Amino acid sequence: MGVPRFWREIPNRYNLIGTRCGTCNKIFFPPRYICPSCRRTGKLEPYKLGGKGKIVSYTVTYVAPNGFEDQAPYVMAIIELDEGPKLTAQVTDCSPGQVRIGDRVEMVFRRMGQEGEDGPIYYGYKFRLA
Amino acid sequence: MRKVAVIGVGLTKFGELWDVSFRRMMLEAGGRAIEDAGIDGGRIDAMYVGNMSAGQFIRQEHIASLIADHAGLIPVPCTRVEAACASGGLAFRQAVIAVASGIHDIVVAAGIEKMTDVLAEQATEALATAADQEWEAYVGATFPGVYALMARRHMYEFGTTEEQLARVAVKNHHNACFNPCAQYQTEITVEDVLNSSPVCSPLRLLDCSPITDGAACAILAPADLARKITDTQILVAGVGQASDTISLHDRQTLTGLPATTKAAEIAYKMAEVGVRDIDLAEVHDCFTISEIMAIEDLGFCKKGEGGKLTEQGETAIGGSIPVNTSGGLKGKGHPVGATGVAQVVEVVQQLRGEAGKRQVDGAEIGLTHNVGGSGGTVVVHVLRRGG
Ligand SMILES: [Zn+2]
Repeated sequence: MGVPRFWREIPNRYNLIGTRCGTCNKIFFPPRYICPSCRRTGKLEPYKLGGKGKIVSYTVTYVAPNGFEDQAPYVMAIIELDEGPKLTAQVTDCSPGQVRIGDRVEMVFRRMGQEGEDGPIYYGYKFRLA
Repeated sequence: MRKVAVIGVGLTKFGELWDVSFRRMMLEAGGRAIEDAGIDGGRIDAMYVGNMSAGQFIRQEHIASLIADHAGLIPVPCTRVEAACASGGLAFRQAVIAVASGIHDIVVAAGIEKMTDVLAEQATEALATAADQEWEAYVGATFPGVYALMARRHMYEFGTTEEQLARVAVKNHHNACFNPCAQYQTEITVEDVLNSSPVCSPLRLLDCSPITDGAACAILAPADLARKITDTQILVAGVGQASDTISLHDRQTLTGLPATTKAAEIAYKMAEVGVRDIDLAEVHDCFTISEIMAIEDLGFCKKGEGGKLTEQGETAIGGSIPVNTSGGLKGKGHPVGATGVAQVVEVVQQLRGEAGKRQVDGAEIGLTHNVGGSGGTVVVHVLRRGG
């Protein structure tokens, strides 16, 4: 996959920047560019999230996709951020058995994976137990 | 709007068909459906083909032309329909709409996927493209992983157990033993499932549907015309489709698929049936948790009680609502683009009383439930035996 595909999402991925609808105040992460409630009357602007939240569900990934094999087994979770939106992310710096639904977590900036041996290295957000 | 009937169905063997090419598979299923309908292929007016990803699996796009060409049906219009694992169900729906509208009379709804020409890990990677590449796959989520997140939450909220999940696999493998087209015609036990290797906890290898080659075909006609062609009329009584967020994390709930509930509501209303009228259902058990959520979302039991209903044997053949009599995706196999049409094939055979050892006695109304990705697309059909 070409580098621009990853480069263009860097602000959002590195800094957890989503969007906020100025009409209904709803916050979106991953970013949305049309508010599903307000549609044409919505006014979406960038919005930086605080990076703190709690685990809604989790799974320990034993069979990892390409580029993630060396990290397995790792914990994937759906995290509800304090501002409301939910996202999917890895929970890092813990043993797989340690994570529970309801645990508080905070965002950390990490290396995600690599495309092939010479391909680009991707960075982005993971979370750790707070 | 015209009433629509299924006049013929056909299926290939499901499995690792190393000696059969993509095009041969499609012709085999199509030929069986034509033979079953007892019509001449020259009467076909249009075709819709469900296929998730021939581009990734056999590096061939533009399969609509390929199929029309090799079926000897040029210049009949052929359209490929894609919605990940719901491609087949949507192709069937498009065919129903084409006949109901009056634009076409005899229409083919087909589905096909050739998945074993690539390595298993490449097939897994291709399937993962049904998830959001930017915000699910990028961070390391896999397709089984997304369903595992639903399973974990379902266990947390409702006390669903790994053993109840395993019972779905055991039942569907048992049913598949009576289906000559099924990929796995072998029994498994709860212990086999619980001892199989972990994929994404709590899901294990035997909680997951396999990688499969297969094709399925159904032929549709307006009901008036169908009456002249077939003895046992199978009517498409209701069709429902709904969309949802492509990413699981964007939904209010993780313990069900809201698009299933919505699609079912539309299909029940159109068919003028209640959930209690359904005699059997083919549901999208891509993972064991998927069947448990499906039977809840379709209304066969209350939310959270799908595990219990399965454990009590109510979804087995002979139970109050037999589910996946064909063996389901788990036992029969899951050639993704073919699955939605294969579900219709099973229900048609059941309603005609032609399902052999897996026959549900006196089945009159059957349902199919086909899911794309983690529930971003769901299509439900209600079929009914007519007079
Ligand atoms: Zn808004």
